[in-house]
Amino acid sequence: MSSIAEILSESLFFAVAISLVCYGIGCIINKKVKFPLANPLLISVILIILVLNLMDIKYEAYFEGAQFISYLLTPATVCLAVPLYEKLQLLKDNIVAVLAGILSGIITSAILVWGVCVIFTLDESIFATMLPKSITTAIGMAASEEMGGVVNITVAMIAITGITGNVVADLVLRLFKIKNPVAKGIAIGTSSHVMGTSKALEMGDTEGAMSGLAVAVAGLITVIIIPFLVGIY
Amino acid sequence: MRYVKQFGIIIVISLMGELLKELLPFSIPGSIYGLALMLLGLMTGLVKVHQVKDVSNFLLDIMPILFIPSTVGLMVSWGTLKEILVPVLLVCIVGTIIVMGITGKVTQFVIGKTSKDKEGEHE
Repeated sequence: MSSIAEILSESLFFAVAISLVCYGIGCIINKKVKFPLANPLLISVILIILVLNLMDIKYEAYFEGAQFISYLLTPATVCLAVPLYEKLQLLKDNIVAVLAGILSGIITSAILVWGVCVIFTLDESIFATMLPKSITTAIGMAASEEMGGVVNITVAMIAITGITGNVVADLVLRLFKIKNPVAKGIAIGTSSHVMGTSKALEMGDTEGAMSGLAVAVAGLITVIIIPFLVGIY
Repeated sequence: MRYVKQFGIIIVISLMGELLKELLPFSIPGSIYGLALMLLGLMTGLVKVHQVKDVSNFLLDIMPILFIPSTVGLMVSWGTLKEILVPVLLVCIVGTIIVMGITGKVTQFVIGKTSKDKEGEHE
């Protein structure tokens, strides 16, 4: 077993192959089961962790190959500008609502983090660690580091937040009766950054475009206000 | 060649974004600069939509799988995470639901207020 595992894990294709196959399985389960938690991304991540543990492969060995998937993340994020450009008029028409929505989301997020930190009597560094959890990883990491947060916890929380947004988006939007596609996109992007945005793109062009915009704007605003928030905690 | 050219444009803009990140003193990632540059390029007509559309559609379509590697990384950070697991999960799961709900509600409400006269929002 271990020798097969060694041979497999040494191939750079192994990590990409297992990632794609597990995502494919996730998609099949998602189609068969009409249950929101049967989310392809969530299923694939759980399956991959199981397989790596069973085969006794370290995350570092997996990432060696899997980084070639991550490599495309920057160009994909850049491409979010294309649907946004195509919906530019819609954005201009709703600019006040869009900004109000994003701001309300950032404020809500900060209040929630503050509340949880006070209830659990967590110190300032954990507060700084948790604050950037809704924004995209690269901005969040930098913000956490600068404020004296624990960077790898921030990164983990950003991932959990993203996968949560991806999983619950349909349900939450229905629950809160959010029907307007602009509002849907802004809600997803502000709460669960680019990982949520990939779900918004599946809902429609407008949802995807607005979600991408919200990721950029919410990320920038959060970075600007974080020092102030940490200062008053 | 069509795909090569499209991919080339997208990668060059990504590179310019990374370059801006190094040159400017803000903690903004290269991808966000790249997004802004691409939008600027499209708005000024320097880049035409059809010059990037196919590869852009491809990259946006595969976007969910691009998050798999970093999310699998949770298996490594589990050790540090479990000490504060309850507050972390509260903030991440309950928090995300509430933030999504409120953001959507506020956006929808203001849209309703500001654009009563124009209806054609849904397409």
